Amino acid sequence: MAVPATKLKEQKEIIDVGLEEGAARLTYERIEQVINRVITGEMAARMKVYVDTCIHCGMCSTACHYYLSHGTPEWAPVGKVKQTMWEILEKKGRVSPEFIKRASIIASTECNVCRRCSMYCPYGIDIAYIMATVRRICHLLGVTPQYIQDTAHSHSATMNQMWVKEDEWIDTLQWQEGEAQAEIPSLRIPLDKEGADIMYSVIGPEPKFRAQLIYQAAILMTAAGVNWTMPSGPGWDNSDMAMFTGDFETMGRVKRTHFETAANLRVKKIVMGECGHAFRSVYDVGNRWLGWKMPPIPVIHATQFYYELLKEGKIKIARKFKEPVTLHDPCNIVRGRGLHEMMRYLVNATCENFVEMYPNREHNHCCCAGGGVINCGPPWKTKRVESNSTKAEQLAATGVHICIAPCHNCHGGLEDIINYYKLNMHVMFFIDILMKTMEIPDSLKA
Amino acid sequence: MQGIYEFVRGPLLWLTFIVFIGGSLYKLIPMYYLLKKKEAFVLSYMSLKYSLRSILHWIIPFASANMRQRPIMTVMSFVFHICLLVTPILLLSHIVLWDESWNLSWWALPDWIADIMTLVVIGACVFFAFRRQILPEVKYVTSAADYVILAVTAAPFITGFLAYHQWIEYRTMLILHILSGEIMLMAIPFTRLVHMFYFWFTRAYTGSEFGGVRHARDW
Repeated sequence: MAVPATKLKEQKEIIDVGLEEGAARLTYERIEQVINRVITGEMAARMKVYVDTCIHCGMCSTACHYYLSHGTPEWAPVGKVKQTMWEILEKKGRVSPEFIKRASIIASTECNVCRRCSMYCPYGIDIAYIMATVRRICHLLGVTPQYIQDTAHSHSATMNQMWVKEDEWIDTLQWQEGEAQAEIPSLRIPLDKEGADIMYSVIGPEPKFRAQLIYQAAILMTAAGVNWTMPSGPGWDNSDMAMFTGDFETMGRVKRTHFETAANLRVKKIVMGECGHAFRSVYDVGNRWLGWKMPPIPVIHATQFYYELLKEGKIKIARKFKEPVTLHDPCNIVRGRGLHEMMRYLVNATCENFVEMYPNREHNHCCCAGGGVINCGPPWKTKRVESNSTKAEQLAATGVHICIAPCHNCHGGLEDIINYYKLNMHVMFFIDILMKTMEIPDSLKA
Repeated sequence: MQGIYEFVRGPLLWLTFIVFIGGSLYKLIPMYYLLKKKEAFVLSYMSLKYSLRSILHWIIPFASANMRQRPIMTVMSFVFHICLLVTPILLLSHIVLWDESWNLSWWALPDWIADIMTLVVIGACVFFAFRRQILPEVKYVTSAADYVILAVTAAPFITGFLAYHQWIEYRTMLILHILSGEIMLMAIPFTRLVHMFYFWFTRAYTGSEFGGVRHARDW
């Protein structure tokens, strides 16, 4: 692969209190005990088969944006497995606190569990699963980066990711309702409406940082005439950082609350905002942890919802978006749910000039923010952005200034890459495009 | 010499079949029960359609994106595996042995083709060994065991080639050939050569997850 390798400018050690203090509390005995508990209690046939099958061919390396960006072997997926799981299994858990700290850094900040490598491994080995298991071990040992651990604590205490209190949540919804009423006076954000067709759920950061997305969703729902509701209490947040720290017990509680809220409201389905990891949690990981083969209540991602509204003619495009746009395929809804063609339908329906980035669809390069990496916070930001010069090149090659990314983590990660590499681009959600292009029926207008 | 020959051709061969077949079952059956006991969900997601879709995309040359990005490796892997499997089965001298012992016989490759295919296997093993040395990402994850596996795989072909051409003392070479073949067969269940069996399952599961749950392609 002809991608120039970029070295980290300074291999300065990053200090993360969560890792330092967590590792300082460890003893060899405790590490061995916890690892063996995971090996005998949680790992089983899959891990054994994956480890036995890997022929050490290195074919997964060029799947990984970390490897493509740095060009050295320790960043390749198999290189990361060697530094973590192989060693753990070979030594049967007799590893040092320093090793666990390093393993946590690799699994939490050098892998986005984006699963691209599974598509490049001839055996289809689920390397993301191996990395997630390393995170699980680190979690049980209490060695997790501090920022993401804080979000996991928030999930555990409040059932949302951002320590949003119940009155703040309701207040935010009312605030956005008020804002949106300037556009559509009859608009409401119906709270706890039993028997509505759809429960709309969002991620914690929406009320916290991106409240306008709730406003926009309310406009869309109203213009499309959807019978919808949002929950007023816990269960409104579909996000899940506990899944990414390896705290599966908390993940299970959070997911159960989300599904039970929808069940109590007797809705037909859950529509979730433009978030990738949350989709993975409700559709792939969390539901299975709780024992449901598929989600107990149908859950669809916002992009599929928009696609269906457009297809059914419930929303109409009044004017197409003129500026050229490109599309970033988020891992969790493309490799995770195959929504790529629906997204292309959306882009073509709403934009005049669509420029593909390459590679795309299932083969798209990760944003480097997902899998909880961006949630490890400011200490890791520079490393994260420098670890994805590949994405910068891919974005720059499109030559356009607008990139649509229907995922919160991708959004944040791409913005960071764009700023750092001075790409002169702007990232938008699909709903941002819809707000500029869709028709609002005259009968609703102010 | 005759005694050793009789031994590797007789009792040791039986032992080899027992270890190879028994060992493979010993690996696969408990693994299946472990899977059923602790990860039964894996079985519940298995889909024949998507398993085959995935397997086909990875046993047809250049049917996956990664294979297209690495044409040399792809060609080498395919010719290696094909020659590795086909040559011993369709080799005339092997078929003669089957015929003598069990009265079974089938079509044989012309000797000169089998000769070339043998050299392809040896050449591919040399290629893989160099690849392990030259590519940093492969070297980084290579251990002595990886070279041993390559040597174990190449040995029956090297000795077979030498025995056929009778450049070195035939009898000795023949014994070494049989012995190395037996070692390779016995090593399959207990080394990473077990990928011969596991490939189909790991691919099938990944294919089923990608196709059946995630509605995406995995090639």
